[in-house]
Amino acid sequence: MRRILSTAGIEFRIALRNRWVAIATGLMVLFALVLAAAGAAPTGDVGVDRLSVTVVSLTSLAVYLVPLLALLMSFDAVAGEVERGTLPLLLTYPVSRARVLAGKLLAHVVILGIAVTLGYGAAALAAFATDPEATRGLPALIRLIWTSVLLGATFLGLGYLLSSLSRRPSGAAGLAIGLWLALVVLYDLGLLALVVSGTAFATEALPALLLANPADAFRLFNLAAANSVGAAGGMGGAAASIPLLQSVLSLALWPFAALLLAVAAFRKVTP
Amino acid sequence: MTSTLTISHLTKRFGPVAALTDVSLTVAPGQRVALLGHNGAGKSTMMKIILGLIPASEGEISVCGSAPGSAQARAQVAYLPENAAFHPALTGEEQLRHYLRLRGEAPGQALDLLARVGLRDAAKRRIGTYSKGMRQRVGLAQTLIGHPRLLVLDEPTSGLDPVSRRDFYALLDGLAAEGASILLSSHVLTEVEARTDQILILAKGRIEAAGTLTGLRREAELPVSFTLTPAEGYAESLIESLTGAQLLPSGQIQISCRQDEKLALLTRVTGFGPRITDLDVTPPSLEDIYSHFSRRTGQ
Repeated sequence: MRRILSTAGIEFRIALRNRWVAIATGLMVLFALVLAAAGAAPTGDVGVDRLSVTVVSLTSLAVYLVPLLALLMSFDAVAGEVERGTLPLLLTYPVSRARVLAGKLLAHVVILGIAVTLGYGAAALAAFATDPEATRGLPALIRLIWTSVLLGATFLGLGYLLSSLSRRPSGAAGLAIGLWLALVVLYDLGLLALVVSGTAFATEALPALLLANPADAFRLFNLAAANSVGAAGGMGGAAASIPLLQSVLSLALWPFAALLLAVAAFRKVTP
Repeated sequence: MTSTLTISHLTKRFGPVAALTDVSLTVAPGQRVALLGHNGAGKSTMMKIILGLIPASEGEISVCGSAPGSAQARAQVAYLPENAAFHPALTGEEQLRHYLRLRGEAPGQALDLLARVGLRDAAKRRIGTYSKGMRQRVGLAQTLIGHPRLLVLDEPTSGLDPVSRRDFYALLDGLAAEGASILLSSHVLTEVEARTDQILILAKGRIEAAGTLTGLRREAELPVSFTLTPAEGYAESLIESLTGAQLLPSGQIQISCRQDEKLALLTRVTGFGPRITDLDVTPPSLEDIYSHFSRRTGQ
C-alpha cells in the first residue's frame, strides 16, 4: 500500500507540474458555467428546482468531457515511460506492475475528482444564486460527482490499456481518440440505427447494449434517477425501462474490468 | 560462501538471431566483474536477463538464490541503466524519496544519498534542468539504496568527468568491501583495469575470454614494448645493434618482444650503459588484449 501511495504521490506531483490538474479543472469549470448560463434562460415554471435542471445538462456534458479528460491523462502512462526510458529501472524495483498502475490510477482519479467537483460545484453555485429552492437538487449533484469519477476511472483504465498495447505515446494518443469516438459518439449512433430498424432483436438487445457501454450506463443511471424528480426530458423514457441497479452495477464494475485488462496488457510490456 | 550470481549455459535468441550463446558466469560476494564488448555484443541483453526484464531462451540463472526478476531477487539487486532517465518534472530529492519508499526504506535518506554523489546542492532542482552527468549521478545514488547484494551497472561512468569517475570507483570499492557483488560494463577500458577482479570479454554473444587482467595478458601472449631514449649521437648505432628496432619521430627507439623474452632484452638494454638516458617498459594494455580477443571472432 505504501508503494501505491508513493507512486500516486509522485504522479500527482507530475500532473500538477505539467498543469494537468489546472487544465482538467479549468475545462470542467468553464464548460459547467457555460451550461449553467445557457440553461438559466428557458426554465420558466416547470416545477423543478434550478439545480436539478443544471444536473441534467451537466450529465450530457460529462458523458463527453469526462472520458476525454481521462483518456488524455492516461494515454501516456506506460508509453511515456517507455519513451523516456524510465520503465526498465522502475521494473527492477520490488514493486509489482499492478501496484504501479494502481498508484497512477489513484492519482488520476483524485485529479478527476477535484476537476468534476469544482466544475459541477461552480454550476451549482450559479444555480443557488438564482433559485433558493436549488438545495433540492443537491442529492442529484452528489450522484453526478461520484458517477463521473467512476466513469473517469473506467476510461483511465482503458487509457492505460491502450498505452500498454501501443508502447508509443503517439500511437497511444491515436488509439485513445479512436476509443473515445467509438464508445462515446459512434456507439450511440449505431444503437440509434438499430432502434430505427425496428426489429424484435433491436428491442431485446438494446438494454444490454446500453449497459455494456460505461458511458451509456452513466447516462442511464443519472437520467433515470433524475427522471424520478421529473427534470429529464427525452431520454428519460429509454432510461426508465432499465432498473437503476443494473446501470449502477455496470458503472461500478467497469473500472475494475478496465484496470484488470490494463494490468494484463502492462505485464506483456518488455522494456 | 555461496555466489551472488550464477549463470550457466545462458542462451538468448530474438527470433532467429542469437544475442547470447552458452554464457556461463559466477560472481562471488564482494567481487567486481567487468563486462567488455562492442555495441551489440550482448552486454545490455545479458544485464536485462539477470534483472528479469526479459526472459532467457535457455540456461539457468540464479540471483541471490532466487529466480531473476522474482520479488526476492529484485529486493536485493540494484540497477543502473545505460543513460539513466527520470521524469524531468521531478526534483532529484523527490525522485530519490520515491525510490526509497519503493524499496521500503526511510525517505529521509534522500539528501544523504544525493550528497554521496555530489548532488546535495541540486537536490531541490528539477531533473529536467540537470546535465547528463548529473542524471547519471542520480542513477548512481539510487543504486546505493538499502545495501544491495548485487549491483548491475550498464556503462556507469558514461557522461562523468574524470574526477567524478574516480569518486564513483571509490564508492564501488567501499560497497565491494562490504560484500556487495558488482557487475559493470564499460567502453572505457583503461578505467576498469585497476578496478575489477575479473574481466569478461563478450563478442557476438559469446564469452571470448574471462579471467584476471594478468591471466588474460598471459593468455593473449601479446608483445611487450620497450621505449629507449638514446644519448646524443647514439641513436643509429643502437638501432643497428637491436634487430627489429624502430626510430620514432620523437627521436626515441621502440622495440617489442615476447613476454618470455622480456628479461633477456632488459638485460641487453641495461648493458648499453650511458648510451641510453631513459627506458619505459609498456605491457600490453587492456585495449590491446581486448582487440586481440575480439579480433579472434572476426570483428
